[in-house]
Amino acid sequence: MAEAAPGPDRAGWALLASAFVVATCGLVYELLAGTLASYLLGDSVTQFSTVIGTYLFAMGLGAWASRGVVANELAMFVRVEILIAAIGGPAAALLFLAFDRVADFRLPLYGLVLVIGTLVGLEIPLLMRILKDRLAFADLVSRVLAFDYVGALAASLLFPLVLVPQLGLIRTGFLFGLANVGVALALLAMLPRRGLRAEWLAGWLVALGLLAGLVMAERLERMAEVASHDAPVIHAVSTPYQRIALTRQHDDLRLYLNGNLQFASRDEYRYHEALVHPAMGRSARPARVLVLGGGDGMAVREILKHPVGQITLVDLDPAMTRLFTGSAMLTALNNGSLSDPRVRVINADAFQWLRAATSRYDVVIVDLPDPTNFSLGKLYSLSFYRELARVLAPDGVAVVQSTSPLIARRAYWTVVATLEAAGLATRPYHAYVPSFGEWGFVLAGHRPIAQVAPRLPARLRFWDAATEGQASRFPADMARLPVAINRLDNQALVRVFEEEWGAVAG
Amino acid sequence: MMDRRQFAQGTISAALAGCTAAEPPFPGSLGGASSQRGHLLRQAMAPGRPDDVISTDIAIVGAGIAGLSAGWALANAGQRNFRLLELEDSAGGNARSGRTPVSAHPLGAHYLPVPNPESRGVIRLLEQMRLITGWQRGKPLIDDYAIVADPDQRLLFRGRWQEGLLPSLGLNARDAREFAAFFAAMDRWRQHHGSDGRPAFAIPIELASRDPAILALDQMRFVDWVAAQGWSSPVLRAHLRYATRDEYGCEPAEVSAWAGIHYFAGRRGAAANCDGHAVLTWPAGNGHLANRMAQRLRHHLMPGMVVGSVDRAGDRVVITAIDAQRQRRVEVRAQKAIIAAPRFVATRIVPAWQGGDAGFSYAPWVVANVSVSRLPAGPGAALAWDNVSATSDSLGYVVATHQVPRGLPGASVLTWYQPLSAMAPADARALLLRRSLAEWQAMVRDDLLAMNPDLEGAITRIDVWRWGHAMARPTPGFIWGPQRQAAARLDGPILGANSDLSGIPVFEEAHDRGTAAALAALGRDPEEARA
Ligand SMILES: Cc1cc2nc3c(=O)[nH]c(=O)nc-3n(C[C@H](O)[C@H](O)[C@H](O)COP(=O)(O)OP(=O)(O)OC[C@H]3O[C@@H](n4cnc5c(N)ncnc54)[C@H](O)[C@@H]3O)c2cc1C
Repeated sequence: MAEAAPGPDRAGWALLASAFVVATCGLVYELLAGTLASYLLGDSVTQFSTVIGTYLFAMGLGAWASRGVVANELAMFVRVEILIAAIGGPAAALLFLAFDRVADFRLPLYGLVLVIGTLVGLEIPLLMRILKDRLAFADLVSRVLAFDYVGALAASLLFPLVLVPQLGLIRTGFLFGLANVGVALALLAMLPRRGLRAEWLAGWLVALGLLAGLVMAERLERMAEVASHDAPVIHAVSTPYQRIALTRQHDDLRLYLNGNLQFASRDEYRYHEALVHPAMGRSARPARVLVLGGGDGMAVREILKHPVGQITLVDLDPAMTRLFTGSAMLTALNNGSLSDPRVRVINADAFQWLRAATSRYDVVIVDLPDPTNFSLGKLYSLSFYRELARVLAPDGVAVVQSTSPLIARRAYWTVVATLEAAGLATRPYHAYVPSFGEWGFVLAGHRPIAQVAPRLPARLRFWDAATEGQASRFPADMARLPVAINRLDNQALVRVFEEEWGAVAG
Repeated sequence: MMDRRQFAQGTISAALAGCTAAEPPFPGSLGGASSQRGHLLRQAMAPGRPDDVISTDIAIVGAGIAGLSAGWALANAGQRNFRLLELEDSAGGNARSGRTPVSAHPLGAHYLPVPNPESRGVIRLLEQMRLITGWQRGKPLIDDYAIVADPDQRLLFRGRWQEGLLPSLGLNARDAREFAAFFAAMDRWRQHHGSDGRPAFAIPIELASRDPAILALDQMRFVDWVAAQGWSSPVLRAHLRYATRDEYGCEPAEVSAWAGIHYFAGRRGAAANCDGHAVLTWPAGNGHLANRMAQRLRHHLMPGMVVGSVDRAGDRVVITAIDAQRQRRVEVRAQKAIIAAPRFVATRIVPAWQGGDAGFSYAPWVVANVSVSRLPAGPGAALAWDNVSATSDSLGYVVATHQVPRGLPGASVLTWYQPLSAMAPADARALLLRRSLAEWQAMVRDDLLAMNPDLEGAITRIDVWRWGHAMARPTPGFIWGPQRQAAARLDGPILGANSDLSGIPVFEEAHDRGTAAALAALGRDPEEARA
C-alpha cells in the first residue's frame, strides 16, 4: 500500500463517482419502501421505522457477506449493480401490483427490502476493496464515506421535493434502477473488460427493461388514474364493471369507484352507522337481511352488531367483494364481516337479481353507487323500487342511501318521491359525514315508519337517539320540493343529479 | 390496466383489416330466406299424391304477426280446431328474433309504439298479454319494463351525438324554421278529420277517412308534396329521408305523400305512465311478442310446412304442403283458409288469386347483429336504445340489452339496419344474394366504426340477415288504389291476411288483418276487429 500515493486517477474518480450514485440509489430504495409501506399499510411511523430497521439490518448482512468475495471484486461489484437495478428498479411497481394479489402484503414488502438491502450492503465494502490499491487507507475511507453520505443527502432532499411530487413512486423506482445499471455499464466501458461479456449483455437487457418500465409506468399510472386523486393511490384496478381505486393519506384510507368517493376510513363509521341502525333498530326480528351493493362489507359490519339471522349481500363486482374479504388491511376496516358464516355474498347485478328474487326480507339496505349515469339511474327507478317493495316483508324496513339533500336537493327528493310512488311509506333523514358533507337517506316500508327511538347496539361512535331525533328535520335549504318520479323511461334522477352536482363542480 | 383480451382483439382485427374479402373478418353467419325452402315451395306447388291427410276447421298459412294474430283471435273465440302452417322452423315472420350467448336480439321488427286509442285490437292483445297492466284516467298503464328506457334515441350530427333523432344543435335559421313548419303541419294533420268524420290518418288504416281530398295525397309523391309546401332545407329533407327509409325501406321519392304524412301524423299514442310517443321494446324486439303469441298457440302451430297450393274443392279448401323436416307431402283439408303469407307468395299458391299481386312491390333490407365486448360511447349524448348517424346510409343500430334493467354495462348485441333503397328492388335483391358474408361484415364494420370509432377492437361477431321482401312499398297510388283494396277484401273461404294488404308495414296492421280474417273465417263481421 503506497502511503504517499497521489490523488485518484481517472478510474479512481469514476469509482468514487459511483460511490455517490450508489449511495443515492440505496437511500432512494429505502425511502421508496418506507413510503410505499406507509401508503399501503398506514401508520407511517411504524412502517418507516420497521422498513428502515430491516433495510439497515440487511445492509449489515450484505457488508458481512462481502468477505465471501475473495477475488475479482470489480466483476462482483458490476454484478451487484445489475442485480440491484433489476430488483430495486421495478420494486415499487411490483409492490403496487402485488397489493391485492397476496394474502399478506408484508411478505413481499419485507422480502424485497431484505434482498435490496443486502445487495446495497455489499456495494461500499466492495468499492473500498477495489479502490484500496489506488488510494491510501485514510484517504480511501474519507473519500468513499464522504461520497456515500453526500449521496444520501442528495437522495433525502430529492425524494420528497422532486421525485415523489414530479415522478411518483413507480417512475422513481425505474429511474434509479437505471442509475444503478448505468454505473455497471459505465464501469464495464471504462475499465478493462476481463471477459465480462455476460455482465455486459445482462446490463443492457436490464437497462432496456427498466426503460420500457419507465415508459409503461406512465401509461399504467394514467390508466389506473393514479394522478386523478389528491391522495396517493395505493391500489387501482379496472374490472369489467368499474375502476376501483384505494388511496391513503396518513391514516385515511379512501375507496373510489369510477372516481367517486365511496368511503373515507376516517369517518365512514358515521355514514355506515347512519345507514344501517335506523332501519335495523326498527325491525322487530331481523331474521333475513338483504344488502344491495355495499361490497366493501362496512354496512354488514354494522348489521352484525344486531342479532340477525341471515344476511344476503348482492354486489355486482367479484373483484370488489374479493378485495374486501381477502386483504388484511381492508378486513381490519370491516372486521372481516364478509367472512361471517351468517353472510352470503352473491355477485350479481342488483336489479336483475331483485327481479328474480322470491324470498322476503325483514330489512333491506340499499347501498348502491350514486346515479351518475343512465345505467346506475335504473337502480333508483320506480320499477326498481316496486321490486324492492315486493321482496320487503309486510312489516319490513328498507333504507336507501340517496345523495346529499343539501347539494342535490331535487335529486334527493326525487328518490323519496319515487319510493312513495312505488307504494311505500317513507321517512327521510340525513346525517353529517365530513368527507361527503350533509348526506341523505330514506327509510321505507309498507307501513308508516314511526318516529320511535330505534333499538341501538352498544358502543356506536356516532348514531344515538338524540341524533336520530334531529335527523328527520329538514331545514329550509333542504326542505322537500315537488319533483318528478324517476322512471326507466325518463331517467329524471340522472338528469337532475348531474345538474345539481355539476353546479357544485363548477 | 390494459385488458389483454381487448388488446389481442384489437390486433387481430387490425391484422384482418388488410385481408381479402373472401375471408370473413369476424365469426358470424349469413341468414335469410333459404334456397332450400324455396326449392320445396316449387315442389309443393307441383301436383302429387299426399303422404298424409289432415282435417281441420280453419287453416292459417304463415305464422308471422298476421297469422299469429288470426290464431290468437280464433283461440279467443273459443275455436279449438285450427292449424297454423309456417314455412320456417319458427313462428314470427319478419318479427323473428335470434340469440347470442349475451342477449336475444331482433332479426327484423324491433318495436311497437304505444298504441293509438283507435287501435283497439292491439290494445286488447296487450291487455291479454299483461303488457297493459291497468287503466288510469282513460289511458292504459304500460308494463314498465316494456317501455323503451331513457335515453331512447340519439343522432350523430356534425360530429357529436345529440339526444333525439331530430337535429337540434347546429341548425341554421332556415333549417329551424322549416322543421318548425313541418311539425306544425304534421300536428294539424294528426288532428284533422275528413268529410266523413273519420281521422285523416288512423291505425289501422281501415279506420282512416276516405275523404277524396285526403286520399288525393296518395296519388302524389311525398317529395313533391314537401316541395310544394316550399320546404327545401337539406337537413329537413335528410330527416324525411331517414323517416321513409326507416318506416318503409324506401326513398322519399318512391312513397306517396299519404304514406309519408301517415308516418308523422298517424300516431296519437296515449298512456297513463309514459310519453305517448314512447315505444314498447324488448331485447328480442317484436320477437318477444311473436314468441309469446306462438307459445299460446303451440298446439296449433306446425312449423316447417311449406305450403304450395291452396285451392277450393267444393265447399272446402284443400291445402298442399311439404313437411320440410320429414320430407312428406301433406294435404290439409279445411273449411276455411287464412292466407297470412305475403301477397307475392299468396298469389302464387292460390290459383284463384293469380296475377293479384299487380301493384305490390317489396323493399329489400339487410340486418346485422353485431356482438360487441363493450358498449359504444362517443362524444355528446350518452348511448341510447336507437342510435343513428346523419351521415351514414345505414339506419344505425339499436342496443339489444338496453331494456335489461341492470346497473352496469358490459357486452351487448347491436342490431344494425339498412334498407337497400338506393336501387330498384329487383337489383337490390340480386345484390343481396351476391354479396358474401365477408363483404357484408366489412360493410357493417366500416359503417359502425365510422359512427363509433370507440368500437375498434370491440366487435366479436357479426351475423347478417337478408330480407329479400322485407315490406310492401307504399308507392303513389298503392294504398288507396283499386288493386290493394280488392286484394284486401274478405270474401269466400280463402281469406287474405298479411300486413302488406294495408300497405303499411307495422305490427298493428298485421294484427288487424289477421284478426279481421279470423272473424270472417268464423262467419262474423270482420269490422268487430276494429270495434
Ligand atoms: C327489417 C325489418 C324491420 C321492421 N321493423 C318493424 C318495427 O320495428 N315495428 C313494426 O311494427 N314493424 C316492423 N317491421 C314490419 C313487420 O314486417 C311487420 O310489423 C309484421 O311483423 C309483418 O307481419 P306479417 O305477418 O304481416 O308478415 P310476415 O312477417 O312476412 O309473415 C308471413 C309469414 O308467412 C310465412 N310464409 C311465407 N310463405 C309461406 C308458405 N308458402 N308456406 C307457409 N308459410 C309461408 C313466412 O315464413 C312468415 O312467417 C319490420 C320489418 C322488417 C323486415
